[in-house]
Amino acid sequence: MSAVQYSDVIRERFRRPRFRGRLEDATAAFEDVNPLCGDRIAIECRMEDGRLADARHHGDCCAICGASADLLIEMGLGKTAEELSRIGTPELLERLEADIRPTRLKCVTLPLTVLHGALTGRAVAR
Amino acid sequence: MMLGEACRADFPILARSVNGRPLVYLDSGASSQKPRQVLEAMQRFYERSNANVHRSIHTLGEEATEQYEAARDAVRGFVAARHRQEIILTRGTTDGINIVAATVGRTLRPGDEVIVSEMEHHSNLIPWQMACRDRGAILRVIPLQDGAYLDMEAYARLLGPRTRMVAVAHISNVLGTINPVAEIVRQAKAAGAMVLLDGAQAAPHLRLDLAGLGCDFYVCSGHKMLGPTGIGVLYGRLETLERLEPGVGGSEMIKEVWIDHAQWNDLPWRFEPGTPPIAEAVGLHAAVEYLEKLGMDRVSAHERELTRRCLDALAAIPGVTVYGPRNPEIKGAVVAFNVAGYHPHDGAALLDQSGVAVRAGHHCAQPLARALGVTGTLRASFSVYNTAGDVERLAEAVVGLRDQL
Repeated sequence: MSAVQYSDVIRERFRRPRFRGRLEDATAAFEDVNPLCGDRIAIECRMEDGRLADARHHGDCCAICGASADLLIEMGLGKTAEELSRIGTPELLERLEADIRPTRLKCVTLPLTVLHGALTGRAVAR
Repeated sequence: MMLGEACRADFPILARSVNGRPLVYLDSGASSQKPRQVLEAMQRFYERSNANVHRSIHTLGEEATEQYEAARDAVRGFVAARHRQEIILTRGTTDGINIVAATVGRTLRPGDEVIVSEMEHHSNLIPWQMACRDRGAILRVIPLQDGAYLDMEAYARLLGPRTRMVAVAHISNVLGTINPVAEIVRQAKAAGAMVLLDGAQAAPHLRLDLAGLGCDFYVCSGHKMLGPTGIGVLYGRLETLERLEPGVGGSEMIKEVWIDHAQWNDLPWRFEPGTPPIAEAVGLHAAVEYLEKLGMDRVSAHERELTRRCLDALAAIPGVTVYGPRNPEIKGAVVAFNVAGYHPHDGAALLDQSGVAVRAGHHCAQPLARALGVTGTLRASFSVYNTAGDVERLAEAVVGLRDQL
């Protein structure tokens, strides 16, 4: 095993998330649930001039999911919707620097689904 | 035969290491490990006697049939049913409940009522939601009391002339609560309702006396009681089964078939459509024999002692919240808990790093998790092969969680 599942990146993002919370002036938001564990995470975004100006995540989720959401927002700031849609699981996994087991991959990808939902203007789930 | 350390040698998997530490398996409530006796019985069946049952007119078919039906007799003795016709072999607890829900469901009329409880596993909830939806029946729910028990006063109020079915867990798979099933059955019978008990957590842990209990249906799974996956038991009281038309159809469950109708087979085969899980039945037979050699009263006492030690050990760790009854006398071999600051999945993944396997999440009981005000919990559960040392390893690993995230 080249890396541990709970990498320094995940632990750091869990202890001190940079984008956890709410966005007062959000222009788009989406929430989704991981059916395997019942975790839910919401992402609220503000798009300005076609670019992601700011975003926050909140919800009830594990450290891996929270870290993934936090990194995703950091990676996405300043990007257009088109550029954001190109951020995928491999890019997130690289940044997490962790040996994510198959059973926990959904924890990484849930924020991607949620961000995508927000950007494509799907109605807020539930 | 001995419990704990003395029977561990029968379970080959317990010799392995996980993440460099000897495995401590505390997830038997989800699926127990299997003794060599079960593995060898299934291997022997496949190597010597494998064939389809009941209509195969050759030696292997006869042997397979004999072994399959012998499993039924062993199960009948294990659960203390009066008749072998009362033992229906299924694919598991979920399958058993669905068979009953489909069968009883056919008889529900709009306005009829089905009572479940807030602590049910989804498997004893969804089939009843579906049956009620399809028939215009009403689902009533016994609420949780004090975060651990069924509100029996509410139950008494819910029972009424429209109650057709009461479907509740014998032992909660999260809280471990041993529900007062004799009283539940007594009151349901007085109201003229049928009773199904979900015994998935109880059959591996308690001596059963289904004839004495008087429930209409009792369901459990082989794989939680040292047997293989893919097999379960549906006990149906003979008088109840005799007056029900089967709700699921196929081969084996018929006596004679015409293009537009059929005559049903005798009990118990009437409720066993399709080729049954034959090798799995052979494995279940071996599992039941293994448990009976240990003695179910001794199994209960052993697991109760582990539950008591676990409750004591966890109570001594700061930041740990335990759910369900604190009294091991009214608790099955299941302890659910949370560690402050740790999502259950992170907790379970980190415990796994220490070689300790526990379950994490809502344990397929989301309404219960909601009632407890949690997304999920960690859950340690015990079986015959667990030891006091396993509980100590769990406690050490939980203490060691601090500062890991």
